[in-house]
Amino acid sequence: MTQEPLLKIRGIQIEGRSDETWTPIIKGVNLTLQRGQVMGLIGESGAGKSTLGLAAMGYTRDGVRISGGTVEFDGIDLLKASANVKRDLLGKRIAYVAQSAAASFNPAHRLIDQHIEGPVQHGLSGRKESAEDGVALYRKLRLPNPEEIGFRYPHQVSGGQLQRAMTAMAMSCRPDLIIFDEPTTALDVTTQIEVLSAIRDIVAQYNTAAIYITHDLAVVAQMADRIKVLLKGEEVETAETRTMLDAPTQQYTKSLWAVRSFERPTKPAVQTGAVPLVSVRNVDAAYGKEKVLHDVSFDMFAGRTMAVVGESGSGKSTTARCITGLLPPSAGQILFDGTALPADYRKRSKDQLRQVQMIYQMADTALNPRMSIGQIIARPVQFYLGLTGKAKRRRVDALLEQIELEPSEYFHRLPSELSGGQKQRIGIARALAAEPRFIICDEVTSALDQLVAEGILRLLARLQDELSLAYMFITHDLATVKAIADEVVVMKDGRVVEQGPKDEMFSPPHHAYTDLLLSSVPQMDPDWLSKLLAERGVDNIGDAAVNKM
Amino acid sequence: MMWFAAFLLGLAALAFAFRFAGQVATGRAPYFRDMTFGVAYGYLLAAAALIWLVWAYVQGRSPDPLVANKFFFLRVAIEGFIFFTIAAWLFRILGRNVGTKQTKRLFRSMPLTAAFGVMIILVYIFVAVFAGVLAPYGQAEIIRGVPANIMPGGNVAMGGNPDFPLGTDQIGRDILSRLIYGAQNTVGIAFATTVIAFLLGGTLGFLAATFGGWLDQVLSRMVDVLMAIPSLIFALLLMTIASVWAPRLGIPQTYFMILIIAVIDSTRVYRLARAVGQNIVVMDYIEAAKLRGEGLGYLMFKEILPNATAPLLAEFGLRFCFVFLTIASLSFLGVGIQPPLADWGTMVRDLGGFVNFAQFAPMTATPPLLAAGAIALLAVAVNFVVDWALHRSSGLKD
Repeated sequence: MTQEPLLKIRGIQIEGRSDETWTPIIKGVNLTLQRGQVMGLIGESGAGKSTLGLAAMGYTRDGVRISGGTVEFDGIDLLKASANVKRDLLGKRIAYVAQSAAASFNPAHRLIDQHIEGPVQHGLSGRKESAEDGVALYRKLRLPNPEEIGFRYPHQVSGGQLQRAMTAMAMSCRPDLIIFDEPTTALDVTTQIEVLSAIRDIVAQYNTAAIYITHDLAVVAQMADRIKVLLKGEEVETAETRTMLDAPTQQYTKSLWAVRSFERPTKPAVQTGAVPLVSVRNVDAAYGKEKVLHDVSFDMFAGRTMAVVGESGSGKSTTARCITGLLPPSAGQILFDGTALPADYRKRSKDQLRQVQMIYQMADTALNPRMSIGQIIARPVQFYLGLTGKAKRRRVDALLEQIELEPSEYFHRLPSELSGGQKQRIGIARALAAEPRFIICDEVTSALDQLVAEGILRLLARLQDELSLAYMFITHDLATVKAIADEVVVMKDGRVVEQGPKDEMFSPPHHAYTDLLLSSVPQMDPDWLSKLLAERGVDNIGDAAVNKM
Repeated sequence: MMWFAAFLLGLAALAFAFRFAGQVATGRAPYFRDMTFGVAYGYLLAAAALIWLVWAYVQGRSPDPLVANKFFFLRVAIEGFIFFTIAAWLFRILGRNVGTKQTKRLFRSMPLTAAFGVMIILVYIFVAVFAGVLAPYGQAEIIRGVPANIMPGGNVAMGGNPDFPLGTDQIGRDILSRLIYGAQNTVGIAFATTVIAFLLGGTLGFLAATFGGWLDQVLSRMVDVLMAIPSLIFALLLMTIASVWAPRLGIPQTYFMILIIAVIDSTRVYRLARAVGQNIVVMDYIEAAKLRGEGLGYLMFKEILPNATAPLLAEFGLRFCFVFLTIASLSFLGVGIQPPLADWGTMVRDLGGFVNFAQFAPMTATPPLLAAGAIALLAVAVNFVVDWALHRSSGLKD
């Protein structure tokens, strides 16, 4: 290619400050991006994806510095450019779309006012013209009511719409380069499709170059022309998307690709007449006056996993709160081993409480940051089983071994000294310490990288086989369901839409909603999104499909 | 006024020249190239202030007492600043090399301000504990044959006495001894009061946050009512009542004062503890503990308290200073620590008249300022230490 590349990063080195010393985050990475090309950046968290993405704008977060290399954007050296030159480029020719649109919009201003800020500030157009252009962009991004949505405040629109509004805002100056930092990670699968297709169309239409940062391989396969894999601040490999997917050369890339292949063997069906361990019977529940659960019923059996799937707001977690007794149901019952549990957890006996344990989504908030790992796990051991002194310590050590962490190394550590996956393991150990028969796993893997998440799933599967535990596995990720579930319950708007054994659920015919959920899970095939959109009719994505039902 | 405006304008011109000179001298290094005019102006303003300070200090050392007296206190402040900086620096070096492994590590990461704070607090504690040994005379002792109002400084020609380096007060008591005993009385009582305020306010605040519902409502409204009354006036009112009760019940009035200030200040602690507690109560680990069946006590003191220490510690430092000042104010108004007990607030009141001499005879004005300075120094020291502790425990890094 004779054309001069738009962005040229050469041997960039970035360091972060921790405990008075500078430690390298990015160790000499090269990146070349042509006009109109989309580059996917993938890697685990901590691989330096976001740092590299920001460095492409000549920007670093606080406590981070660029210590070497060059960043050249259209012939301008961004690292040597003065603040004035950069001020003129950023927003106008380089734009940034953050992971959480909700946290990135100013909640005190209307969407359109924030949208026109860029073009007006850079003197590209007047308020009126840029507002009109904003409406046009909203229409292109298929936001509902493009004329009016701009007059809403950020909290008045949904997460997916906000993410699209942010993309529109990034496009407002028609930049040459947009950096997308995990724009769909926080969204449901059905919403994700809308955002993905909108981004893809608009980038193609204006011939904008983009850097697309994500840890989801299937997503990057849809979006990127080329993919760069990062590991611990170093490049593993770079290739065209198709080449990369079909024939990755590096071992690490192969291991990333293999994650999605984990699947447990199918268990024999439950014998008829067996007593379910936990049975949810016709449960209704309400927060104040608003009814959120309507006649929910399903049974869970020892040694088996029940996956509860649905979008956010479908009542999955509320069902869990009813089972634990945090939210007493307004009607219906929870049976444990055939006997009804008191509705309020305060009225349950110590032994009843012990039998039902919970593992949380965010390990950060689920572990007391001021307690050592040893204290966290020892508490239920002492509380429920009455062990003290050496016996307690032995039990904690055994539990730590069970979750594959070296007791002597981790016993005295604080949660902040562990990685996300390790924290989640501690959450599992705390639940196991009570020696329960039933564990609720609330989105336990959704905050984790795929490799780490797979480790957690394997651990949970092994523990289930060893201890004959029953799991209620709440998730919105159908790949996880495929991997671990025996039975599946699909929920929508507080109702059970469909339930049955996994194999049945994953093979047609489905309920229309299940079908939508299933087909929305990104596949590794780079043509998947195009095919899907063609199938659904290009304009007829997400919202429309739901409305049709 | 005109001169001042001309001075500022001249400074602005100089700032422009300074930035330009910097750009030329460094060959347009990014620092000078991207420097805004405001920053350059700030540099010049700071330089001007520094030059004035040096000039004032030289004036303060002038042999002519008429000139020197004008700048006496500024001179003392500058010398004090330099002295304390060096002392804090030496203290930190000492701390880094003496002591256990943990204290050594603690001192290694300590900023100079915190070292200063720790040093001052240690000195105060030492003085308070060993007041009886350190003080040359008793706190209430009227020394026979010694006139009242001896000048501080111990210079006989100026009306001083070497046996009383800080002079004597209006009824002939040694001021140095009273300052030393004041550490015991004022600091000790303030500390006890703050601790009680925290036990009371913290416990009730966490209780309200954990339990919620009607208990929270009742407690919070009660606290609102107490907070609605201006605290110093409220304290004065209650102290007046206490001064009638105390002799009847045979309980020293000081105990009443401790309790009254503790209750009034606990309302502020309650507010903070409740707000912090409410943020912690919604965490998943609290939910996990609740579902485990843990009792209220465990939740409050094992799960919530350790996570609330950082803001509470900061509040403790501030509150301690407030309590300390309240006691001094009450003593100043005559209802606080009762004579003949030495107390810094009372000393400021009793000797306050001498401050009028500051312009002409600075030495005469020193005694009330010494007591006031002792209060100020401790307040600054405590806040430095708390700032540092907060910085450490909240995990804030630069």
